[in-house]
Amino acid sequence: MGKTVKKFMEGNDAMVAGAIAAGARFFAGYPISPSSEVAKGAAKELPRHGGIYIQMEDELSSMAALCGASLAGKKAFTATSGPGFSLMQENLGLAVMSELPCVVYDVQRSGPSTGAATKPAQGDLMQAKYGTHGDHSIIALAPSSVQDCYDLSITAFNLAEKYRTPVIFLADEVIGHLRATVSIREPEPGEIINRKAPAPGTTQKDFRPYDYSGNMPAPMVGVGDRNLLMRTTGSTHDEKGEFRPTPENIDRVTHYLMSKIEDHVDDITITREYKMEDADTVLISFGCSVRSSMSAVDLLRKEGVKAGMLELVTVWPMPEKQIRKALQQAKNVVVVELNMGQLAGEVRKYNDYGCNVIQANRTDGVLITPKQVVDALKGGMK
Amino acid sequence: MKSYKDYMLFDKLPQTWCAGCSHGIVLQSIAAVMAELDVDKHDMALVSGIGCFGRVDDYLDINCMHVTHGRALAAATGVALGNPNLHVLCTMGDGDGTTIGGNHLIHAARRNINVTAIISNNYNYGQTGGQYSATTPTHSITQTSPYGHIEDNFDICKLAIAAGASYVGRATAYNPVMIRKLIKEGMQVKGFSLIEVMSACPTHYGKFNKLGEAARMLKLMNEQSVTVAQAAKMSPEELKGKLVVGVLKNEPRDDYYTEYARIIEAQRIE
Repeated sequence: MGKTVKKFMEGNDAMVAGAIAAGARFFAGYPISPSSEVAKGAAKELPRHGGIYIQMEDELSSMAALCGASLAGKKAFTATSGPGFSLMQENLGLAVMSELPCVVYDVQRSGPSTGAATKPAQGDLMQAKYGTHGDHSIIALAPSSVQDCYDLSITAFNLAEKYRTPVIFLADEVIGHLRATVSIREPEPGEIINRKAPAPGTTQKDFRPYDYSGNMPAPMVGVGDRNLLMRTTGSTHDEKGEFRPTPENIDRVTHYLMSKIEDHVDDITITREYKMEDADTVLISFGCSVRSSMSAVDLLRKEGVKAGMLELVTVWPMPEKQIRKALQQAKNVVVVELNMGQLAGEVRKYNDYGCNVIQANRTDGVLITPKQVVDALKGGMK
Repeated sequence: MKSYKDYMLFDKLPQTWCAGCSHGIVLQSIAAVMAELDVDKHDMALVSGIGCFGRVDDYLDINCMHVTHGRALAAATGVALGNPNLHVLCTMGDGDGTTIGGNHLIHAARRNINVTAIISNNYNYGQTGGQYSATTPTHSITQTSPYGHIEDNFDICKLAIAAGASYVGRATAYNPVMIRKLIKEGMQVKGFSLIEVMSACPTHYGKFNKLGEAARMLKLMNEQSVTVAQAAKMSPEELKGKLVVGVLKNEPRDDYYTEYARIIEAQRIE
């Protein structure tokens, strides 16, 4: 077991601690509320671990710098919110296409535009997957506690490295600024995943930094490797990383970018259940809304309602199996989220079971209360 | 003795650029300098953006990263800090490097990132059909300034000097010897260096402005050229319409990584 210390800290600080524990040694970002404490922590902690912090001129360049540092072999991360996350979409696409592992912490706030800058929201669920143009899949994890901010950071970097993809850490203002006692457990070396390197002795002639034949990324080297040259591009490319915009190549790259994530949904999916065994009323939620949903389950149970909760920790790829199971099991499903129904739309896609899907939404920049969740259920119950 | 050919990929030739385009001259100059310096190609990284000149990576047999439009210097910043032992080249056109990417240019210069930026300036966006950029001369004709361009243009070198670049030089595509000298010196500076190469785009800019074919365009830019020494004796009036060529600034100072390494040294616990 790795060394464990207990620390009272806020979510944003726990994200930094988790990133460093995962091996992250490069941060490029631009300050924005409510994520700024991540930048503050990274600036302080990274040099202590031999890493580098750089504050860029904007979020466009931050995301580009992340791609560059990742290609140079570093585990890299940034932190942002709302408008900053919008600006990152361009080079998030570059990381997807060039298959450059990195982690983007999005501490969600109210929007659109400046919105209510310091208030919580969960309106970036769709943007996390569909914000950058073109078909692709992505991984996004949503923490619902300060402990998650630490533990899931390690998971996020591991998934990024394993699947050579950017991972979105879809936090929110409530979790980012929440303070709690966290177990900071030093991970064992075996718990840390690093990008796969080519087999020793691989020659330049045989080296292929991209592989579209299956559904797992090819091994890669960092720029500066003594034996192999690395080539990447945001243009549709072949196995060597050379521009190749033929119809067949465009098609197989597009399919590969979907399947390398979607085919591994079981490996990537993390969900949690609360009192689900006999539940006929299921709350489905993610991030900060999970906290209200859990209390709502307790309130409902006191009233004799057989309520349970399904928490989606992995929000992309969407945990279809677990959602379907809940829809099959329940008469009423309440989707609880701080937006107008982005997750509810996804849940309805899978509702082949005639389940009554109810929305519990709050969009005024305040965390939804357990009573509001209960009221939403009662208002929509069949 | 190495040749420029040792750093090039020949299976992609003929190059994508139009007949008479100057970008090939810059490409060969980059490869020639690597040969002159006898650098290990594993120590070379080239980051390029989008635009005609952005395609330069297709022909070079070194580490290459082709990124998004305007963000090449930002990506190069990540590469240079991610592995400080690399020689990082960043190739951009005037649209990529100074228009959409102008903000990244001034900040990379100010921070003194250890990158050699090479901007091939042909006064327009060639790849999209010849629209005006931030360096298009006032009153000239482009696809999107059919009645004459009303904006003032950037002087890329002055911009880089003002922003804090360590080394700044300008040459024309008429003079590959000077291009090579400047790129070589720029690569040997530890910090931000910028080399502007005045290039001809006979297909669009040349045609729109009736400048004739490529050879005439190159001759014209040579006639416009004055050396730094000559320019020092000329009045601002006399310098109008001239291109000052040569080394415009050479004041190296510690680059970003060297400064940051001192912080790591002082704070390190692991």
